[in-house]
Amino acid sequence: MRDAAIERLVQNLSRLPGLGPRSARRVVLHLIKRREGLLQPLIRSLEDVHDSIRTCSRCGNVDTNDPCGVCVDPKRDGSLICVVEDVADLWALERTAVFRGLYHVLGGTLSALDGVRPEDLNIPSLISRVRDLNSTEVVLALSATVDGQTTAHYIADHLARTPVRVTALAHGVPVGGELDYLDEGTLSMAMRSRRPV
Amino acid sequence: MEWNDEALVVSVRRHGETSVIASLLSREQGRYAGLVRGGASKSKRGILQPGNLLHARWRARLPEHLGTFTCEMVRALAAEVLDEPLRLMALSSACAVCATVLPEREPHPGVYDGLLVLLENLPHEEWPTLYVKWEVGLLGDLGFGLDLSECAATGATDDLIYISPKSGRAVSSQAGMAYKDRLLPLPGFLLEPSLRATEISDIVAGLRLTGFFLNRHAYHENGRNQPDSRSRFVQALNNQTSMTG
Repeated sequence: MRDAAIERLVQNLSRLPGLGPRSARRVVLHLIKRREGLLQPLIRSLEDVHDSIRTCSRCGNVDTNDPCGVCVDPKRDGSLICVVEDVADLWALERTAVFRGLYHVLGGTLSALDGVRPEDLNIPSLISRVRDLNSTEVVLALSATVDGQTTAHYIADHLARTPVRVTALAHGVPVGGELDYLDEGTLSMAMRSRRPV
Repeated sequence: MEWNDEALVVSVRRHGETSVIASLLSREQGRYAGLVRGGASKSKRGILQPGNLLHARWRARLPEHLGTFTCEMVRALAAEVLDEPLRLMALSSACAVCATVLPEREPHPGVYDGLLVLLENLPHEEWPTLYVKWEVGLLGDLGFGLDLSECAATGATDDLIYISPKSGRAVSSQAGMAYKDRLLPLPGFLLEPSLRATEISDIVAGLRLTGFFLNRHAYHENGRNQPDSRSRFVQALNNQTSMTG
């Protein structure tokens, strides 16, 4: 029989993505065995994150400062804004280090069935930000799904009244992708978006 | 319990971290929900997009269980219109309407056939006409069909330009003159199967007409509103009418 505190920890850990009750138990056992080397640093890190992380009031990124490091970075091109669904997408683009502009995190996509409306997303703040920063280009880096593209078209439609140039990420053959293994949808989009070589 | 059929994806909801609950519309089985294990994965997310035509296999131990789907792509119909705002809105709207008004596990072969024709023709020119006619057919299939055969007041079969909001029956120009403020406009292209709408304003009028009866019979009666995707679609067409007109 397990102690109530351990049981609570297992329950809390099993709520995390990628962990179920079984793997949570393994994690707890591992942490208990390495109390000084792993459990204490983990507690400190969690406390640090809990106390210091906040959502950037400008772009919706998470950072220890508000505005976040990306928004206040003087090396960034303030005239470019890349719109992403989630902070995870922002991190993915940052890993590539190809985009040197600013970001705007929407917080999801429009969805009729899940009841996500434009007012539930950070769309009004995007539009006012584009006006305030006099942005020259907005890059819509949204998923190639029906909901993602519906959101992209919605934003493009609302930005049509401003002089900003609206672009979207290309959809097509991934690097290392073999045509034989690609799904029909990706292939047809790639064929339609072909370009001169 | 098991069935195999071709089916159109009408809605997908995330279930847990890796799975989704998909609602598929098949010709023989109607709208069926089921769990797709791993449906949120990279390889399956593209398949489970609203509007795609799949080969679906539904299995459950008992008929009343939710059941699980295994799916294979037949045609990626959604990908064909992802770059086209209005067409994509029409696809989202049609799928959301299906997901919200069709009863589960009740075959509606006419609605399925019409939706398939609409989705296959979305890249072509006549899609707005097909959309409105599909919704008129949907109302008929749900038991709230419009009677466009003759004037409700005089029995005349020509010059039908209104619809009575009470009965859903056509009204001729002459008989409706005195009540025209209370009648709904009937776009002419709905009177003959072979007719196509020539103006966006006719499409908007058709969508207002079907929207009125969908709201009354399928949504407001159940304390709901029509899906946002349909409202946005009608609004976008309406904006085009104001720009061109």
